[in-house]
Amino acid sequence: MRKFLVFMPLVVLLAMAALFFSGLKRDNPQALHSVMVGKSSPAFKLTAIGTIPLLTDQALREGHPVLVNFFASWCEPCRAEHAQLMALANQYHIKVYGIAWKDTPDAAQKFLTIYGNPYAGAGADIPGHVGIDWGVAGVPESFIVRGDGVIFHRHWGDIRAEHIEESILPKLKEAGE
Amino acid sequence: MITEFGHLALCLALAVALIQATLPLYGAYARDGRLVALAVPSALVQATLVGISFACLTTAFVRSDFSVLAVFQNSHTLKPMIYKISGVWANHEGSLLLWVLILSLAGASVAVFSKALPADFRARALAAQAMIGVGFYVFLLFTSNPFARLLPTPAEGRGLNPILQDPGLAFHPPMLYAGYVGLSVAFSFAVAALIEGRIGPLWARWVRPWTLAAWSALTCGIALGSWWAYYELGWGGYWFWDPVENASLMPWLAATALLHSAIVLEKRDALKSWTVLLAIVAFSLSLMGTFIVRSGVLTSVHAFAVDPKRGIFILSFLVLAIGGSLTLYGWRASKLENSGAFATVSREGFLVANNLVLMALLSTVFLGTLYPLALDSFSGKQISVGAPYYMATFVPLSALLIFLAAVGPLLSWRQDEFIRTKQRLLIVAAITAGGTLMVLILRGIPSGLAALGFIMTFWLVGGVVADFAHRLRYGDGGPVATLERVARLPRSVYAMVLGHLGVAITVFGITASGAWQSEVLTVTRVGQTLRVGPYDFRLSDLQPIGIKNFTAIDATVDVSEHGMPVYTLHPQTRTYTDPPSETTEAGIHSRWNGDLYAVIGKPDGHGRWQVRFHWKPFVTMIWLGALVMALGGIVAISDRFSRTLGVRRVAIILQPAE
Amino acid sequence: MTHAFFRALSHMGIGLTAALLLIPTLPALALDTDHLPNPAQEARARNLMLELRCLVCQNESIAESNADLAVDLRMLVRQHILRGETDAEVKTFLVARYGDWVLLRPPFKISTILLWIGPAIALLTGAVVILKRRTPEPFDDLTDAERAALKALDPQ
Repeated sequence: MRKFLVFMPLVVLLAMAALFFSGLKRDNPQALHSVMVGKSSPAFKLTAIGTIPLLTDQALREGHPVLVNFFASWCEPCRAEHAQLMALANQYHIKVYGIAWKDTPDAAQKFLTIYGNPYAGAGADIPGHVGIDWGVAGVPESFIVRGDGVIFHRHWGDIRAEHIEESILPKLKEAGE
Repeated sequence: MITEFGHLALCLALAVALIQATLPLYGAYARDGRLVALAVPSALVQATLVGISFACLTTAFVRSDFSVLAVFQNSHTLKPMIYKISGVWANHEGSLLLWVLILSLAGASVAVFSKALPADFRARALAAQAMIGVGFYVFLLFTSNPFARLLPTPAEGRGLNPILQDPGLAFHPPMLYAGYVGLSVAFSFAVAALIEGRIGPLWARWVRPWTLAAWSALTCGIALGSWWAYYELGWGGYWFWDPVENASLMPWLAATALLHSAIVLEKRDALKSWTVLLAIVAFSLSLMGTFIVRSGVLTSVHAFAVDPKRGIFILSFLVLAIGGSLTLYGWRASKLENSGAFATVSREGFLVANNLVLMALLSTVFLGTLYPLALDSFSGKQISVGAPYYMATFVPLSALLIFLAAVGPLLSWRQDEFIRTKQRLLIVAAITAGGTLMVLILRGIPSGLAALGFIMTFWLVGGVVADFAHRLRYGDGGPVATLERVARLPRSVYAMVLGHLGVAITVFGITASGAWQSEVLTVTRVGQTLRVGPYDFRLSDLQPIGIKNFTAIDATVDVSEHGMPVYTLHPQTRTYTDPPSETTEAGIHSRWNGDLYAVIGKPDGHGRWQVRFHWKPFVTMIWLGALVMALGGIVAISDRFSRTLGVRRVAIILQPAE
Repeated sequence: MTHAFFRALSHMGIGLTAALLLIPTLPALALDTDHLPNPAQEARARNLMLELRCLVCQNESIAESNADLAVDLRMLVRQHILRGETDAEVKTFLVARYGDWVLLRPPFKISTILLWIGPAIALLTGAVVILKRRTPEPFDDLTDAERAALKALDPQ
């Protein structure tokens, strides 16, 4: 009994070290998993942004996977991300929808005029409730939604150039199968 | 040039540490006195070399030498001198250099002050100390070189995070490190004792002053950090239970347990293997804290880009150092014989219970800190462990600990019965009932939790008073005799009194500020008055101001009580330029019975501003209590010195002729 | 490293995250406007806020945080309380969107069982080990000095 007990601290240490080691190997410890994945995308009502077609629930249930991007005119990384969204829409011909989170239609319109509009449909979520319904903690965040409206994948933070080939396109493909 | 000199000194320190870690150890084994004698001078040389290295880096910061990468990244010519200096340790590389500086100074202190130790034991302890040093020097030189150069030399530095430009934070790291690293001495002594296979009261006596010093520094360091969070982070809280804070609380809990178990070892020659294990665990937790904070394995958002290489390195070193010592422990500990037997109801029995509860407290912090990581690794589930968890686990266990802390000192060693201490226990109960009742009548107690806090406060005070009174009345004989007894009480008694009173003061501060605080969090306009507890807070004015390295919105908040002006607070929101960032600066005024606390937030665009006003009764007691605890530690060290350095003579003079 | 220092950094990290995600030009809506008219409801809301994590913060509750999202969530909690929901209903609403991560008091489940009963296990195991290992020695009335003297008499 005693022989066993005196080696207990060593066992605890090794278990802890193994845990830390696996912890170090996590790719992005700050990424929060979304509990929304696998659920039907929540219903929403948005305010139209200028002349851009208003995004509705229906657009997310048209039989093909789409990318829903939460952005805001006041958000710095959204500007950095914008080039990738433009590429996805124009070069890869993905349907990208935009929700301006906690933003006014005017400010969002100005933002899209300056940086270009990648969105096939968009709308402003002025009080931010739609974002909360989707489990958004900050912008930018993007969701890949299947043709039947079920959320398939959530991308946390801005989409960088390398993410397109690494995760966005493969996930879109998977969502379409 | 100076920079290269610093780098060279650090390399030489590594070489000396390698010698110190091996030759004296072999010398003690092979009974070679010349090799054993190497330990002391090499510890001194090592400390001198690291001192030179640290001075060189400090010079680079003072001179704003931006050709040094660390200076460029963390300093700025416009910065006040004190923050240029504190900038040395306000970054990963420099803070690690400070860490090894304190480590080498601790080794040198052992070399200088422990002349009374047997040469072999001292050589083994210093070798263990040097082994830790080697690990950190290698880490510094190969993954985090503070002397790395930058070419071409930039004209201006990037500045220091404004939130770190603060006097509290300038002194907080050295204090905390002294605590963390100070525990390395207890660790080295434990390793040396395990190698020799001998542990007894004498060992406990050697290790106690070092543990006390480290514990006092750690107490102050934690308190400083908490105080800084209180006035700098701007929501009036003083403890977050975040992994980084918990990382400093865990070694503190282990060191507190060590202090108490070492008393049993010293007085009664019992708890040998347990005390040695605690000495290893306390420092291991310090190392783990370093790992947690620097590897980014737990803090999810981190300002520094985290280098995985560093994490792997510290982890490997951690496993090697702690694993090595624990293997040694497992091999030797079962051979340690305990001789002093004692009953459950006895001073020792209660000290053991104290250790048990402290370990349970440690396990709550340990689980709360690591469980989310473990769960995420195994199942991908993410949970948060915040204050409500600790309220449900840590707080009741603390109450149990305090219950024991008041009763334990009333019991005698070896064997006692509660009935014999009945009178003193009645005093404790009376003080508890009286004090709590007085609080209830004067201020009111709003919740069960607050009631528990006040009961614990007065219970602990009662314990101290009853014990003290008992010691003084013993054999009575008039006030003169009592005064003589006051002078004759050993300092260790005063140390315990201060330590326990400090805990009581902190518990009182936590309880009172939580129970009676008033808070208003709302939006308001200039000219409006808000009622906060007994005070009226009036937002009188808002002015933009510009100071050397920041611009700010400065709010004037006039505080009055019953129409009489009390104080004018000036909370600010600041915008710094180098590097660009925003901070809130709380306006705080401490009165004797609490703090007025005001924070100004953002405008709503319609002339209204978000404000947060607090009245926090007795909140300062939280940190005052920590200071009193640390003072107790220092008094306990002076007790050792007074015994060993012949201060006895003073006591003899004070003693009447018999 | 120093805990507060790195906390500062992490807070700057939040600062950074917050600054990156929600740069200063903040929407005008995110302020604590009105408290609930019923003080009992407001008190309930306040207590509930202390249990909910500010998602983008280190370990702060939404009651304490100055972050933008925390302000939003505070207003959301108030609206739900005003609608007459129970605390559990409000929590369910948020957990459905953000997962257990949003709760500062982890729910008691199979996956968290060790977290909750761990401290009790530590306390009990320790107590058992201590009580079992204590070999109750016969107590005599000798003082330590007397026993030492006895030992000196008997070399073995």
